[in-house]
Amino acid sequence: MKSKVTLTVNGKERSAEVEPRTLLAELLRDHLGLTGTHVGCDTTQCGCCVVHVDGKAVKSCTMLAVQAAGKQVTTIEGLAKPDGTLHPMQEAFREHHGLQCGFCTPGMVMMAVDIARRRPGADEKTVREELEGNLCRCTGYQGIVEAILSVVNPGAVKDHHHA
Amino acid sequence: MGQFGIGQPLRRLEDPRLLVGGGRYADDARIEGQFWGVFLRSPHAHADILAMDLAAARAAPGVKAIFTAADLDAAGMPDMACEVELKSLAGEAMARPQRPILARGKTRFVGECVALVVADTQAHARDAAELIAVDYAPRPAVAGAQAALRPDAPRVWDELTSNLPVHWENGPVGPVDAAMAGAAHRVRLRIVNDRLVPAPMEPKGALAAWDKAASKLTLWAPTQGGRRIQATIAKRFLGLEQEQVRVISQDVGGGFGMRGQTYPEYVALGFAARALDGAVKWRADRTETFVSDYHGRDQVNEAEMGLDAQGRIVALKIHTVLNLGAYMAENGPRLPMEGGGRIIPCCYHAPHFYFSVKPVFTNTVSTDTYRGAGRPEANFLMERLMDKAAAACGLPRDEIRRRNFIAQFPYKTPLGYSIDSGDFAAGLDQALRMADWAQFETRRAEAKRRGKLRGIGVAAFIEAAGGRAPVEDMRLQAAPDGSVTIFSGSHSHGQGHATVFAQLAHEFLGVAPERVTLVQGDTDVTPKGSIGTFGSRSSMMGGGGLKAAAEKIVAKGKRIAAALMQSEAEQVSFAQGVFRAGASEVSFAAVAAAAHDPAKLPEGMAPGLDESHLFQREAENFPNGCHVCEVEIDPETGTTEILRYVAVDDCGIVLNPLIVHGQVHGGVAQGVGQATIEKVVYDEEAQLVSASFMDYGMPRASGVPYIEAGFNAVPCKTNPLGVKGAGEAGACGAPPAYVGAVADALRDFGADHIDMPLTPEKVWRAIHGKG
Ligand code: FES
Ligand code: FES
Repeated sequence: MKSKVTLTVNGKERSAEVEPRTLLAELLRDHLGLTGTHVGCDTTQCGCCVVHVDGKAVKSCTMLAVQAAGKQVTTIEGLAKPDGTLHPMQEAFREHHGLQCGFCTPGMVMMAVDIARRRPGADEKTVREELEGNLCRCTGYQGIVEAILSVVNPGAVKDHHHA
Repeated sequence: MGQFGIGQPLRRLEDPRLLVGGGRYADDARIEGQFWGVFLRSPHAHADILAMDLAAARAAPGVKAIFTAADLDAAGMPDMACEVELKSLAGEAMARPQRPILARGKTRFVGECVALVVADTQAHARDAAELIAVDYAPRPAVAGAQAALRPDAPRVWDELTSNLPVHWENGPVGPVDAAMAGAAHRVRLRIVNDRLVPAPMEPKGALAAWDKAASKLTLWAPTQGGRRIQATIAKRFLGLEQEQVRVISQDVGGGFGMRGQTYPEYVALGFAARALDGAVKWRADRTETFVSDYHGRDQVNEAEMGLDAQGRIVALKIHTVLNLGAYMAENGPRLPMEGGGRIIPCCYHAPHFYFSVKPVFTNTVSTDTYRGAGRPEANFLMERLMDKAAAACGLPRDEIRRRNFIAQFPYKTPLGYSIDSGDFAAGLDQALRMADWAQFETRRAEAKRRGKLRGIGVAAFIEAAGGRAPVEDMRLQAAPDGSVTIFSGSHSHGQGHATVFAQLAHEFLGVAPERVTLVQGDTDVTPKGSIGTFGSRSSMMGGGGLKAAAEKIVAKGKRIAAALMQSEAEQVSFAQGVFRAGASEVSFAAVAAAAHDPAKLPEGMAPGLDESHLFQREAENFPNGCHVCEVEIDPETGTTEILRYVAVDDCGIVLNPLIVHGQVHGGVAQGVGQATIEKVVYDEEAQLVSASFMDYGMPRASGVPYIEAGFNAVPCKTNPLGVKGAGEAGACGAPPAYVGAVADALRDFGADHIDMPLTPEKVWRAIHGKG
């Protein structure tokens, strides 16, 4: 009972034969070879799988592939410019040491871009609350929060430790 | 040196790749035509397996094979062994029952592998696994270590007379009791240090592929280096030469100590791949990761400390009960005495010291190394005791610590380890200053006016790093264009080796960091004498090896440069990437090019600029520090907010402050997680209740404070770079700093200790006398 889904991924039209139960995350990773989107859990808790669907952050482990038919999907592979210039949020993560092992990073960055879109000027507390659905076991969140603040509210960055 | 060398906050070189989805984790590997493996796991904590009917599963669509213990036994596969040797005072050796790869006749914890089903798709393998009919006869089970010590407790091993494989003591208790009897003050404490899951964000999974023509197994798996796993799988389990197994772990989504081990799943997958002459992929979900990754901590400590009238320790007794789980993991039983034991009694001098450890079998997942591995437990116990002793002696908490700090180095610990350096009092002073400890009572009073309870906690701690395997191999190779490749068996799973090792190469060879490439996580190309990364060892071991290999490169480079400059090697100097002799100079790149050009090489010299060094450490190093935490509690709800967190660390010479602070932040977050919400829960039947992120309290961004981090760097005296490990310190400092702060806030309510995690309910009960 496979069916064909066609959607736009990172600006290109892609299609694949999938089962009704195939998740968007599986479509991206297993069918389209876009392994930058990660899967860290099976209970919609970790956010490693966040992508943008029609410009909004979505946990791709919680959406069926068929639900994404006809939609615009952006994954971490599609965030930088085609010439390789990093997105300002990717730059910010590097500048503020917002990643260590890198496993939560694609989902974190996609979520961070969404936070920046919705909450310009957010303070530290707000940024931390907005990250409720994204787990990171390595960074203690500090570099991530600082990176996001540097984009949405540069005056709130503390970074006392490595000027 | 300069902009990019030792001590500079160079931004990470691995980040651009990881930030665009270019990481290569275990589950990203796939092979055309691969099969899928699914493990059938025991639903019972303790049961006899009376029979297994595989017929229906074998006939299910897509199934290639089903493996059980019978297949492994028929092939002569040995069981998993724990190599730790411990003896009781009377000289009896610890019993070490071995773990079968797949359960043989009996299961001993929920989640134990019973069978491996291999099919063409994961869905088919799952469906078939459900068709396996296992006839279990459940037995009574026990989850808690103290319960398992009772004479009538269910026995995990029929072969043993109890669940206690050894009672280890450091010496007779008599002299310590005598000293204790003469103490002016005595304090006692019982502490439960809960079981935790390491929970790196990358779930477990692997791909095992057998290449018949080459007679070689390739295993993609999330490891902390792969070399040890390679040796064990090849030699012990598959009867192969070490080189016939290749382990690949290019990027790994966090390690925290639980990924250095050879897990039974990897062995079973390798066996299946060879048996089927193909590739078998396995992808665990999070729940499966919870029941198959080794857990951490799970100790109960009872301690008594005696002090003289001035508040100086005269005697200390510690009784530790350690929950091993059903099977002894590779490091399991040694964690209190060799993990924590390397530093105990932590920052303090205790003239009389008694230490008893009882490792206990239970029907639970095995415990093994998790960030700190015995040191967080030891430091937590000592810091809680010091707070209690301060109250008993009528001394401020900072003062009693100052009076007992080890201050003469090298210092020989009661268990025989030698601490080379440190300045604990300076670290304490710095942390108190940064946290404005002196003005705290003003803040407490202000909070009180608002109806809030404010408290402050201080925790000094010491760590041990770079232990166990005393060698590490590093290889540096310069290309003709002067770029450098580092082949490292040390393994970064987040620690930033690509950056730090490039900084060191820059420091010693003058090459720009962007022109340095790190190759790691592939046993086919990484150096043979490597062990991997664990126990915060890579700065000292990998860094030490790198420095020595670079020195060999410079020595050879000087001879080549001498030939180029018509000089003598002894006349040639090298600094900042330039060889000089008199008025002549030649760049490192020119020498690297000449090294590959036989026409330019001195007579008889082998071409290339490629050097290795097997670094042998002189001693472990002892990172330490002092953390201060300030909290405010709402007495109506018991909720606690961290208002300030200060971390002062002595990691010796800091190679990259950005990265070291990142390690501290991550460690503190895990420590705060333990102190506030993390806890593995087993029910009465030893069922794992907290087996998903819905049930297990993972710290989230809103539950972790902003951390103000500072350094109190005292260079290590026993390694060439002067470094001390940085990976595990945060997890040592945070639990006692946080619990000390809450206890301080609750001082008027008679609660001098609450066991972690300090949930709002526990705090509320302490305030309202409903404990
Ligand atoms: S994979 Fe965890 S939330 Fe999607
Ligand atoms: S960087 Fe490792 S989980 Fe976030």
